[in-house]
Amino acid sequence: MNAAAREWTRFTPGERIARAMLYIVTAIAVVWSIRTIDIIPEFLYDAPEQTADLFRRMWPFDWAFYPKAVHSALIETFHIATLGTILAIVLALPLSFLAARNFTSNPILNLIAQFIFVSSRSVNSLIWALLFVAIFGPGALSGVLSIAFRSIGFVGKLFGEALEEAQQGPIEALTAAGAPRSMLLVKGYWPQVEPAFWSVALLRWDINIRESAVLGLVGAGGIGVALDAALNNLYWDQVGLILAVIFCVVVVTEIVTSTIRSRII
Amino acid sequence: MTGAGNSALLSIRHLRKEYRPGQPVLKDISLDIDARGLTAIIGPSGTGKSTLIRCINRLVDPTAGEMLFEGRDLAKLAGAELRAARRRIGMVFQEYNLVERLSVIENVLTGRLGYVPAWRAFLRKFPAADVARAFDLIDAVGLDESFATRRADKLSGGQRQRVGIARALMQAPALILADEPTSSLDPKTSVEIMELMAKMGAERGVPIIVNIHNVELARRYASRIIGMTGGEVVYDGPPEGLADAHLKHIYGGEEFL
Ligand SMILES: Nc1ncnc2c1ncn2[C@@H]1O[C@H](COP(=O)(O)OP(=O)(O)OP(=O)(O)O)[C@@H](O)[C@H]1O
Ligand SMILES: [Mg+2]
Repeated sequence: MNAAAREWTRFTPGERIARAMLYIVTAIAVVWSIRTIDIIPEFLYDAPEQTADLFRRMWPFDWAFYPKAVHSALIETFHIATLGTILAIVLALPLSFLAARNFTSNPILNLIAQFIFVSSRSVNSLIWALLFVAIFGPGALSGVLSIAFRSIGFVGKLFGEALEEAQQGPIEALTAAGAPRSMLLVKGYWPQVEPAFWSVALLRWDINIRESAVLGLVGAGGIGVALDAALNNLYWDQVGLILAVIFCVVVVTEIVTSTIRSRII
Repeated sequence: MTGAGNSALLSIRHLRKEYRPGQPVLKDISLDIDARGLTAIIGPSGTGKSTLIRCINRLVDPTAGEMLFEGRDLAKLAGAELRAARRRIGMVFQEYNLVERLSVIENVLTGRLGYVPAWRAFLRKFPAADVARAFDLIDAVGLDESFATRRADKLSGGQRQRVGIARALMQAPALILADEPTSSLDPKTSVEIMELMAKMGAERGVPIIVNIHNVELARRYASRIIGMTGGEVVYDGPPEGLADAHLKHIYGGEEFL
């Protein structure tokens, strides 16, 4: 080996060219997009002023509005998120067993389950809500269904992956003891994936609280309906109150779920 | 010991296993296992010892051959019949294969999963007789009662293997298979575990087939040694008959002697 052969560089010449190209393409893309979005400078200049104005109109909040309309809408939001999450779990669990390649060895069934997950995940919950409002009319039912359909893919994919990561040793031991498949599920897989299950369910519930807060904007029930009405009437003091309530709820659920999660795992 | 014919508990005839077509891992194995005694299978790594043991309880499907056990050919069973036969064959693993997040007693009770209805396992309501027997077995394998409710992932390797042995015995098996039950344990614990298996097998009249790398342990505890090399049986007889020449043949070379 001569000294030249021992030289070491992090990137091969090919990789260096590729990296340079990447920088150039990024720069072009940035310039191009700034040109296309047509920023109107006047709007940009008075943005701080407009923001300050908005906040002035929001404060003081219309506290009396809380017992009148916000409280019941908030409870409805909770119910939409919770029922939607439960429905999603009920629908996603069997599918995740179909998706897990170590549990279901039929590739076509794996693919079908995965296809359902992708379809569910690729549609935003607001779009699902538009769809269900069109079918079932406005209200909480549409909200529950859109939350559920959006969450199936999330819960199913993550739980299916947890199943695939389950150790095969104990499963093999139970198989060797003559346990039927239902028992493998209950005593082999479930104890192994239980923490993952609760963690996924809580995480999704947490996300769903936030998502169900905006579903009302398209008529699917919850606090978003009140927000939509207040926005349309330009009652900024009510808008401010609702936004503050949503913020508090999100913070509280975040604290609650992370506390529970740290207890389980 | 071979050729005992109808008195044997397990008769393996012309067993052949190919994972890849045309490349047999087991070549025409024929063995008779009697209804008592500890049989040790020794042989170099990759020679097919685990494959042989796993063919018996069909964790691996044999390519050809028969395995007569309690009047049935294990090689031909499927579904409920296969599960019924597996209930009668306990298995002890090198990596213990306990369900880590379950308690010791629940792990022992999983030995009954082939017998109890699903709702009982689901509700954790095992028959009282099973629970009593599980406690007895935990005691018999040398763990005191306080271990029963400890989680399996809180145990040492030796303690886990004791639970693994109790789980196998919980099946009320007619035969126990053990695939390198001591290979993950220190020398002292290995002796204890072999001692325990030999004792349990003798007391309860359950024959045991053990894959083992430690020839000394095999000599000490086995009543019969089967030496395999290249997917074939090259020694089959009592430990006293196993000479250095046999070991050379089994393992190839003599540097290790
Ligand atoms: N699932 C499998 N698929 C393909 N080949 C396999 C499989 N299991 C084992 N083999 C091959 O079969 C041969 C025998 O393996 P086996 O595990 O039975 O050997 P062993 O005697 O138990 O070895 P060790 O003492 O190391 O445990 C090896 O060559 C191995 O690579
Ligand atoms: Mg092996």
